[in-house]
Amino acid sequence: MSEKILDIKDERLSFFTPAGEVKALNGVSFTMNQGDVLGVVGESGSGKSVTAYSIMGLTAYPGKLVGGKVWFNGHEIENMKEKDFRKIRGNEVSIIFQDPMTSLNPVYTIGNQIVEVIRLHTDKNKADAWARAKELLELVGINEPEKRLKQYPHELSGGMRQRVMIAIALACEPKLLIADEPTTALDVTIQAQILELMQDLRKKLGMSIIMITHDLGVVASMCEKIAVMYAGHIVEYGTTDEIFYQPGHEYTKGLINSIPKLNTAEHERLVPIEGTPVDLLNPPAGCPFAPRCKNCMKICLSKMPPRTELSDTHYTYCWLQQKAAFEKGEKAE
Amino acid sequence: MENIKKNPLSLQLNAEDFLPASNEEKQSLVVMRESVNFWKDGIRRLKKNKIAMVSFVFIIAIAIFAYLLPAVWPYSYSEQMKGSNNLKPFEYSASEQARIDAGEKVFPHILGTDRMGRDFAVRIMMGTRVSLSVGLIASVLVLIIGATYGAVAAFAGGWVDNIMMRITDILYTIPDILLIILLGMALKDPLDALATKPGFKWMQTLGPNMISIFIIFALLYWVGMARIVRSQILILKESEYVTAARALGASSGRIIKKHLLTNCIGTLIVTTTLQIPASIFTESYLSFIGLGVAAPLPSLGSLATDAVKGMNTYPHLLIAPALMISVMILVFNLFGDGLRDAFDPKLKN
Amino acid sequence: MSEHKTLVEVQHLQQYFPAGGVGKNRKYVQAVDDVSFAIRKGETLGLVGESGCGKTTTGRTLLRLYEPTGGKIYYDGNLLFDKDNKIAVDMLPYRRRMQIVFQDPYASLDPRMTIGDIVGEGIDIHHLAENEKDRHDKIIALLERVGLNSEHANRYCHEFSGGQRQRVGIARALAVNPEFIVCDEPVSALDVSIQAQVVNMFEDLQQEMGLTYLFIAHDLSVVKHISNRIGVMYLGKMVELADSYELITHSIHPYTRSLISAIPVADPITARQSKRIVLQGDVPSPLNPPSGCRFRTRCPYADEQCANEVPEFKEVSTGHWAACHHLDRVK
Repeated sequence: MSEKILDIKDERLSFFTPAGEVKALNGVSFTMNQGDVLGVVGESGSGKSVTAYSIMGLTAYPGKLVGGKVWFNGHEIENMKEKDFRKIRGNEVSIIFQDPMTSLNPVYTIGNQIVEVIRLHTDKNKADAWARAKELLELVGINEPEKRLKQYPHELSGGMRQRVMIAIALACEPKLLIADEPTTALDVTIQAQILELMQDLRKKLGMSIIMITHDLGVVASMCEKIAVMYAGHIVEYGTTDEIFYQPGHEYTKGLINSIPKLNTAEHERLVPIEGTPVDLLNPPAGCPFAPRCKNCMKICLSKMPPRTELSDTHYTYCWLQQKAAFEKGEKAE
Repeated sequence: MENIKKNPLSLQLNAEDFLPASNEEKQSLVVMRESVNFWKDGIRRLKKNKIAMVSFVFIIAIAIFAYLLPAVWPYSYSEQMKGSNNLKPFEYSASEQARIDAGEKVFPHILGTDRMGRDFAVRIMMGTRVSLSVGLIASVLVLIIGATYGAVAAFAGGWVDNIMMRITDILYTIPDILLIILLGMALKDPLDALATKPGFKWMQTLGPNMISIFIIFALLYWVGMARIVRSQILILKESEYVTAARALGASSGRIIKKHLLTNCIGTLIVTTTLQIPASIFTESYLSFIGLGVAAPLPSLGSLATDAVKGMNTYPHLLIAPALMISVMILVFNLFGDGLRDAFDPKLKN
Repeated sequence: MSEHKTLVEVQHLQQYFPAGGVGKNRKYVQAVDDVSFAIRKGETLGLVGESGCGKTTTGRTLLRLYEPTGGKIYYDGNLLFDKDNKIAVDMLPYRRRMQIVFQDPYASLDPRMTIGDIVGEGIDIHHLAENEKDRHDKIIALLERVGLNSEHANRYCHEFSGGQRQRVGIARALAVNPEFIVCDEPVSALDVSIQAQVVNMFEDLQQEMGLTYLFIAHDLSVVKHISNRIGVMYLGKMVELADSYELITHSIHPYTRSLISAIPVADPITARQSKRIVLQGDVPSPLNPPSGCRFRTRCPYADEQCANEVPEFKEVSTGHWAACHHLDRVK
């Protein structure tokens, strides 16, 4: 077994808005080992980005960690100050954002921006840093790196900018790379390029990746393990095959069923999840998915389901799984 | 299952818990928040802003002070009391002292009297009234002219917009104080002449200078408003809901009325409110250099000018109007900022 | 049967937007260039392509929300627009028959209007209600039709989720009883689970009201699901048009093929086995598109002919159209 790199235990995080406390994370727990690629899937507002950002201490005001423990590569995140975060950001953990245009500074050249990151975290001199920047651009598959280094972000296309962002993120060979919807803003053909690149880089550099996305297609090809999030809970966690072929939570099932299939001759009606996402200002007392669940039971409305282990690598929080276990147990007795 | 037995919850479980929940039960969990519209939401935010609320109380107090108090004040702003010249605050003239001694009640001159024996407190009130009125009317003028101009330019687009905006650019580059002084001088005679004509008698009470102040505001100060409104409309015009209205066959008039104006109104209110202190300041300034309202109507600016001469002996005559101007400008600015935060958060940056 | 009757037709539709420059140096964004297609009554024509390919512009130009710079538009046999003969009819009567649903459920609803007034706007413009009560009843009926209820009518759109707002947008379009709706990426901004709700609603509405759709999206899976036929656009040109299943399984244009293979499949086993055709490079700028075939800069089959001649958009087999010089070589 490779060594543990990330251990989140019962993380709770809230945004204190004027309208009230928005409970963004309600007890999130998972661990990652060095070299793992974890997909975090969920709808907007499910807390998938917030989870990842909190590892880097990027929770924006008025967000606050209100409980739990976050351990990353020897650091206790919950006790860290901004100053301490600055040391690990870009160095041990870095992030790629959804929109590469807004995350690059338009008034500096690509080269300047990469060199700045390199020099911030290493004691390389300018020439060495520049050489390293060139190397990085080559690594992420950019032709004519010399020329590109001297260009400004607006002179590059969306796909190229995302490659530059990846180069910056990899500048100090982080242990963990957080990719927050890295291909959502890109076209399908460019998305394919970037995903291919990320897989290559992972093989070459061996870092861990947290891939945040709403697209099940992206995680299917990229990730080994998947965490499905809903309303600030990880409702199911397992290997990619377990999640896709033996989903244990009603939400995961619904999510998989609602995707239109490409290669079918007959017209099959889509199976949507009815209802609307939960209001995190007034989350329900029981399972957050209960109001939209087809097989909702009485207990779901009042009590949060406990964890059910479906295999060593697969667990879910759903009363239906408990029900199955309960009935089995009753028979056994 | 072992897993279940370990779980303390499982002890309390029974088969009934696993009965399907009805739709009603599920729906009862979905609570919709209380409906809030734009105004309610804005006012709620405004009420939470302490500085804005304190400013608002001050504005109300100033309005009462300027518009209601002079009517019940025992002295009139133009009444010259013989022998009461240059009294200090709460000082009585010889004749007044005699009346007090005779057992009569005499209302004190809280701020004393001026050189000509007029009660200074009531003159401050009248001055505030004039300044406030000029500020309000000028702002409304700016609003009407600026908003119309900006909206027309944005809506017409193309070369019309281009020409109209170049005109505002030119107006922007003219040093305004210079122009105000020149216009003030140039307009004085024709306006004086006009005021003597029948039908224009009302101008005399107001004073031709006051009219020229309004003309100056109308000519110069709408430029900023026009630009803000234009940029706002340009953004709104391209919004998808306006395209949707066009796809439904809505006429231009309908789009302006139903979509563009209603969505601009927050900006309009905020910009107008912030225009008021600017207008008050300009009016005070003009009055101070002698281009303001005609005597005997006092304005805070002209009161200050009069007081400058006796500044060393009677400093309160200068401090009172100066303080009043400062407080007015401050509270209107603070209140305007509060309005902006409440109704137009986008404008903040 | 009116099944094969053409409802909407565009011929050589062109839309250039001015982009700075004066006189001879004036530049144009060639958003849509020489696009022709017909939509039959009751069918759904899907339009796919990457950002900047002109699919949205095509939809809006078709409704004459932008005045076309060239070509002809027919609706139900009537000529709406003909650049060459300078014909541009008054659209008002057609606005009732042709409607649009937008992509962004946040930007497409006026934040200062109640849901009821948004839905009622078309009713007001075309005077479809006899009195205030009739108007109210019609609005409630429309809201219920799209899965909202009467309680929602007095609320403002910011109180709703993306999916609910999109329903309001659909109700607004339905208010004038249209026959034809341009669906401009109506589900792209929605979460997957909500997306399926809205797609199903479009299908139900089509069945009940006999609607005809032009369904624009960048997600080929969604377009395939809802459309009878699909047109693929690249840089302002239509490159391939065929029945949806035919297009997915037997695409002949190299761009369509790479587009299909680039879609991430939500199935890990298939995903591991499939080999992607990863297109190199980026989409060129529509300000200065490549000569000849616009796809040639990224096409593995490109040669000199592709640089010199614009490929003709022709019928390759029955109902299957494509524009490529090397169809025989593409396998």
